[in-house]
Formats: sequence, C-alpha cells, structure tokens
Amino acid sequence: MLRDIFFFLFAIGVLSGAMGVVVLRNPFYAVLSLVVHLLSLALLFLLLQAQFLAAAQVIVYAGAVIVLYVFVVAYVGSSVEPIRASAGPGLRALSVLFATALAVELLIAVVGSTLAGIDGDGEKILFGFGTPSFIGELLLTRFLFPFELATILLLMAAVGAVVLARRRGGIDGAGDVLAPLQFGLRPPPGTGTMKEGVGDINPTAELSRSREQEAPVAAVAPRAETAQLDPQEPSR
Amino acid sequence: MSITWYLCLSALVFSLGAAGVLTRRNPLVVLLCLELMLNAGNLALVAFSRMWGNGDGQVFAIIVMVVAACEVAIGLGLVVAIFRRRLPVDVDELRELHG
Repeated sequence: MLRDIFFFLFAIGVLSGAMGVVVLRNPFYAVLSLVVHLLSLALLFLLLQAQFLAAAQVIVYAGAVIVLYVFVVAYVGSSVEPIRASAGPGLRALSVLFATALAVELLIAVVGSTLAGIDGDGEKILFGFGTPSFIGELLLTRFLFPFELATILLLMAAVGAVVLARRRGGIDGAGDVLAPLQFGLRPPPGTGTMKEGVGDINPTAELSRSREQEAPVAAVAPRAETAQLDPQEPSR
Repeated sequence: MSITWYLCLSALVFSLGAAGVLTRRNPLVVLLCLELMLNAGNLALVAFSRMWGNGDGQVFAIIVMVVAACEVAIGLGLVVAIFRRRLPVDVDELRELHG
C-alpha cells in the first residue's frame, strides 16, 4: 500500500519533469526540470530494488551531466526560443500526433501483453539484490566484455569532446603548433591557462609575432583569430 | 506495485521525449529530450530486471548510462563548436551540411 502511494508520487514527479523539459521554452528551466525528472526516477529505481543504480543516477546524471548542461546553457546563452515555427505549424502538429500514436501503441503493447510476469510484483529476490557488490560481481564476470567496451567508448567520447570544444586558432593551425621548444618553462600559447584568462594576453597574436620574427617572408597574418577568441555575443 | 505500471510510465516518458525531439529546435533541448528517452528505456530495463529477479537489466541500464554520458559529452561539444563558429544554435537552420 505504501509502495503504491510512493510509486504514484514519484511517477507524478517523473512525468511532470519530463513534461517540463518538453514544454518550457527557456533551456535553463528545461535543465532544472530534468533534475526533477532524474531525482524522481532515482527514487523509482529504489522502489524497484536497484539501490546502486539509484545512487549512480543521482551522482552521474543529476550531478555531473546536469552540471555540464548548466555550463553549456550559460555559455551559449539561454535564449528563449522564438515562437514562430520555421517548419510551419503543420509539421509540429504532425510530430505531436506521431508522439501520441507512439504512446498509444506502446501502452497497448504493454497492457495487452500476455506476459504473466509483468502482472505481479516480480520474482523473489535474494538478499543483497541491486547492491554495489552484486552489480560489480556481474560486471566483472558475466558482463566483462561490455564493461571493457564501455571504457573504450568513454575514452573516445572524452577525446572527441576535447577535440570538438577546443579553442581553435584558425583553420591554418596557428593554435595547433606543438613545437617541442614551446614545452619549456612556460606552457604553449593558446592553451587556455589561467594567466591568459586573467590578464589580457592575446596568445595567438604573440605567437604570430614571434613567427614573423623567425620567418618574415612567410609571415601570413592569421585571419580573424582574435575575433574568435573574444567571448562576445555572436552576431547573427 | 505491478510491473505493468512501471512499463506504462516508461512508455509515456519515452513518447514525451520523442515529442520533444521532434518539436524542439534548440539542440540543447533536443539533447535533453534524448536523455528523457534513454531514461525511459532505463526504467523499463530496471523494471524487467525486477520482474525476472536477476541483475542483468540493471547492468544494461548502467551501460545505457555510460552511452548517455558519452552522447552528452559529444553533443555539448558540438553545440559549443557551433556557437564558436557563429552559427545559429537552431536545428532547423543547421539542416545544410556546408560550413
């Protein structure tokens, strides 16, 4: 009985959070709404005896991922979307219709399913079901290969994120110089050190100046690099 | 609580996320709605894990979480790169592939 009450409370949290993500026009509020959704979902995981997963959900999602989202929303600017739909209202109505049809179809599939197992509370479970040691033993015995693949995937994603979001000094690679001399006492320019951030040091300009002194003939002024380094509002 | 309720909730959240992916135009919000869909899948996996009484579904859910974290990292990196290049942060404006 108590479990039923808790289920409905948390389900309302999950659904209202999801609704907020879809409906709210300000991306920052959408992110905050996702926090509500994720926390309610973690509580539902607890009701389903998945303690470790609930903790991971709170730490990984509601902690790390949400912080990432908040930073990017603050960086890009949480601009409220214009109401006008460039694709036209017809397409929007069509997509809402599609989503409704999807929901109806999935609900029919779930409710009309003849699976005997989904009507009950689930099988009897052993003591320690869903604890970190239980999950860890599964991950390191039966699911060792997916576990290792996941680590490779995480490594690739980390490298990809750095490559995508790194500060570019222009197409011609002025910021990409990795000459071994520059790894001396001071870090290579353009690597986003604290000193560059605080003082008004323009690393790529310094770099191009030093290049001009080295090879005055081949000196090509780097194009529009300083403009790209300035964190101004984009001119759209 | 019967497992059916959890599956119905999962179906509803999945459809809400699909509606968001289809209607929203800010890539950030599209990513958020993708998170909703992945979470709905997670809920169904955990519910099935409870139904069978073994932990395989929970391990699947953890792997889904890892994939979602990777997707967030790459997606947000793309959004930042789009913003740096002074392109409009709008999936309808960005439908052409030329730079």
